[in-house]
Amino acid sequence: MQYKPALPQIEFSMIAPVVLVAMTGIIALCIEMNRPKKNNNMIVWLSLLGLAVAGISLVGQFDTSLHFEGESMAGMVTRDRFSLIMQLLLVGSAFLSILFSEGYLREKRIPFGEFYPMLLWSTVGAMVMVTSRNLLMIFLGLEVLSIALYVLAGMSRKESKSEESALKYFLLGAFASGFLLYGIAFIYGATGSLHLDQISIAWIGGDHQVRTLLVFGLGLLLIGLSFKSSFVPFHMWTPDVYQGAPTNVTAFMVAGSKIAAVAALYRVADASGAMQDYWLPAMYWIAILTMTVGNLTALVQKDVKRVLGYSSIAHAGYILVAILAHVKSPDKVGSDTISYYLLSYSLMTIGAFAVVTLSARAGKEGTKFDDVRGLWHRAPLAAGALIVFMCSLIGIPGTAGFIGKLLIFKDALTADLLPLAIVLAFNSIISVYYYLGIGRAMFVADEEGESVQNLNMNHGLRSACVICMVGIFGAFVLFSPIMQFLSGH
Amino acid sequence: MGLLSLIVFLPLIGAILLMLLPKEQEKTHKWLALGFSVATFAASLALIPKFTAENFHFQLVESIPWIKSLGISYSLGLDGISFWLILLTTFLSVISFWFSFYIEKRVKLYFICLLILETAMLGVFVSLDMILFYTFFEASLVPMWLLISIWGGERRTYAGLKFFIYTFAGSIFMLVGMIVLANLYAKATGGPISFNIVDIQREVANGKLWAQAMQMQPWIFWSFAVAFLVKCPAFPFHTWLPDAHVEAPTAGSVILAGVLLKMGTYGFLRFCLPLFPDTIGKQVPIIMTLAVIGIIYGAIVASVQPDWKKLVAYSSVSHMGFVLLGIFSLTHTGLMGGAMQQLNHGISTGALFLLIGLVYERRHTRMFKNFGGLKAQMPIYSAIFLIVMLSSVGLPGTNGFIGEFMALMGAFESAYAGAFGLSMWFVVVAGFGVVLAAVYLLYMFQQVFYGKNDNPENQRLKDIKPWEMAMCGLLVVFIFWGGLYPNTFLKPMEASLGAARMMAINPTGTRPVWSDDAHQIDEQMNLVSDGKIIAPANLHYPLKEEITAKEAKLKEVEEWRRVVAGSTTASGDNWNLIAEGNK
Repeated sequence: MQYKPALPQIEFSMIAPVVLVAMTGIIALCIEMNRPKKNNNMIVWLSLLGLAVAGISLVGQFDTSLHFEGESMAGMVTRDRFSLIMQLLLVGSAFLSILFSEGYLREKRIPFGEFYPMLLWSTVGAMVMVTSRNLLMIFLGLEVLSIALYVLAGMSRKESKSEESALKYFLLGAFASGFLLYGIAFIYGATGSLHLDQISIAWIGGDHQVRTLLVFGLGLLLIGLSFKSSFVPFHMWTPDVYQGAPTNVTAFMVAGSKIAAVAALYRVADASGAMQDYWLPAMYWIAILTMTVGNLTALVQKDVKRVLGYSSIAHAGYILVAILAHVKSPDKVGSDTISYYLLSYSLMTIGAFAVVTLSARAGKEGTKFDDVRGLWHRAPLAAGALIVFMCSLIGIPGTAGFIGKLLIFKDALTADLLPLAIVLAFNSIISVYYYLGIGRAMFVADEEGESVQNLNMNHGLRSACVICMVGIFGAFVLFSPIMQFLSGH
Repeated sequence: MGLLSLIVFLPLIGAILLMLLPKEQEKTHKWLALGFSVATFAASLALIPKFTAENFHFQLVESIPWIKSLGISYSLGLDGISFWLILLTTFLSVISFWFSFYIEKRVKLYFICLLILETAMLGVFVSLDMILFYTFFEASLVPMWLLISIWGGERRTYAGLKFFIYTFAGSIFMLVGMIVLANLYAKATGGPISFNIVDIQREVANGKLWAQAMQMQPWIFWSFAVAFLVKCPAFPFHTWLPDAHVEAPTAGSVILAGVLLKMGTYGFLRFCLPLFPDTIGKQVPIIMTLAVIGIIYGAIVASVQPDWKKLVAYSSVSHMGFVLLGIFSLTHTGLMGGAMQQLNHGISTGALFLLIGLVYERRHTRMFKNFGGLKAQMPIYSAIFLIVMLSSVGLPGTNGFIGEFMALMGAFESAYAGAFGLSMWFVVVAGFGVVLAAVYLLYMFQQVFYGKNDNPENQRLKDIKPWEMAMCGLLVVFIFWGGLYPNTFLKPMEASLGAARMMAINPTGTRPVWSDDAHQIDEQMNLVSDGKIIAPANLHYPLKEEITAKEAKLKEVEEWRRVVAGSTTASGDNWNLIAEGNK
């Protein structure tokens, strides 16, 4: 075959949002270098503006014109409904995290301007990850995302917990990256390509040797992504990292990093549906373990951030159920459940962590249940919002969390995964206890804990709470149009 | 927006309005909340002229597609079963709001919770869509949890959590069951999925829905039944109730006893009877057993309580057992009695909690040992208490008698005929529940009102104020009304209950269908369509001698069966019983 060098077709609008966010980060860094020493306000505004513009450019791409779906840059970038929605969610998560960060960083005495560029770049990494079907790009995105997060996790330099968090995250993250890269190498060996589409082609057409390579490769790939999505038994780092990192960073990690990892996992699982006999049983048990271990361990925690960390593990398990349902019957079950669940999940977790930031005061932070008791005395709005977030996390009707769970139940039953649905139902019951525990401490208890005195809610935090709350109710009431938007029909 | 939507969402609008007011204006909050509850009550009174009792179909139906891709719609409707429950809810809400004026702690939040709770309760009784029903059913948990765990007694945290977890655990599997049911509907019709019970019941009635998954029917039935058994509460799922009742603030107890428990029995009438006709007969003995155990167990435990409120709480377990007993006798009398007993329990036990609350507010104790001889101290109060207590015992002339008697009568008819494998012992044992009720309630009365008033704290007690008298008097009116002229309450329920019963026990093809407007229940409780009798009424189960004459009549029955088309599929035995009952 004659080799024909050709410039790859480039559709710039596809990468516009990523570039926009990255540029915003660079400009924010430039401002940080020359900033008036007093505050970060300008950086905050610029970051929010950049993210908003990126969001608008994403919404603008939802167009039913000819070039809506497709690939560009020699298959390095993919645009379809799923990738656009995931990018929107990521931009939204970053937006909300930045919105309530400034007040917290000041209270915590870590008002470094670098926070904003780093957060923006990690968003860039996550966006790259969800917008590609090329394994190398997924890996690149993951690294960009993770390296920025390693730095962010250790940002509170005076706290040993924060350093522990960064180090742990770095070591285990590097370990997971190794798995991922090794898996990609195997798959490249089997298919001769880095593109996900080649997997099923190679599997169907391949002989025994190719198949062996593919199974190994995919196994390693799934392990790597399971680390990032914090599935049990690859979850050990999660609670420590979430607890140690500054709360606003945790909020972004819980939402943004999970969205990216889950989206990548969805793509890989979707592409390797042909060989599901080999990996589906394993993931099936991982889903059961993730849900159950996450919830059971959360029961005995005494720190709000840790509880939410374990709850995020459990929620990852719920999402995995939706992914497995999709793989099992791809015709009947679409990606819209995953999109919807991630939407509601990011709203409720970011909201919850935003409320938890209120416990920081004068460089200290107390997030034990005893420390946050009686928050409603000082911040009734935040405490009220927290009740809404907890209800949504439990899955009480009237909130987006309920619809998310309903969709997963429906998908699981449609795909004949009744045992998973039952395990999910049992886990919902278990989760009630600790979510209500948080709600009780902050909203019900009469006496005040130490950490919630003298706090003031700034505008950023207030608007983040209100946005999350309105979003949770809105996504419930306006479910139909949202679902139409997510599924495209 | 229709009348039902208005009734359901008026309290919610009030709650949103309250949220916008600053929390310092406590008086405004109280009056505004009361105003909204009165307005809701007034709106619900407008239902009375609009409601036609002869029709078992849903009336005042509002239906808007909500989530099209999932077949979830916002549809509300009213029938005889929900009619009185709506009025009971709005009425008891007014009383509880009125009573709650004494609240001083976090007033704003308290009334917001009560208002949201009222919306949730009203929504449960008029939802025609399963997901909508579930939404309201679960939405009532959070405000109630807050009510118990913020304004409750000493062990409020524990009680609130227990209440929440029990009810949530019970109902989450109902959600799974609902989805399975909706999926089965989609398979049966080959069309889109739907959660609307009117649609689903149509496919159940013609037998298509379960024909494809007969073995799943008991499982789905129990996924629903457990949710409702927990809510009722029936033995052994009742343990949350005494804790929740005792720790809840008075208004919370009134609502809990008066309305929240009825969600469970209402659920049985609305879902379990119409949707599971092929399995319900087999499950009847199990539920009847639980009901009888609940009656006796609740009564025995009630009689040894040292705590006033706890005694009434356990009496609730016993009384709700009668409701279950009546409903699952699946006879006309039994269903009417069960439904009547629901309302009675709401009125009487609600009133008891209210009266206890009145004294608790003055004395801040509920232990019997702190009371005694109140009769001389508070004559009017004790007179009212006596009436309410006797209605709870079931004295003839009060509403309690009508309900319990009819429920027992229904169970007797069923057991005497040997239907569903029930034996006479069910009724005999349950009958002792009435005796035990007299034991513990009279004991309670004696402890509190008779004897010597030697506690100086009690000697300072004054009789209740006029407005408190008015509040209790309103409830007493209904106690006598229900006892002396129960037809006011029974008549509107009759057609709907008759239809629900036929949906449960008639064989395929002769079941009433909600979506078929031609179907009607006539005066004699026959199912007629366009003037023709499709299924004759059999108001009770056939008596023993009629069953022994079965063989002789078999030929006639065979012939009659041929006349009615499409009746040969399921549950042939059942059919024979019905046919003979008619002879």
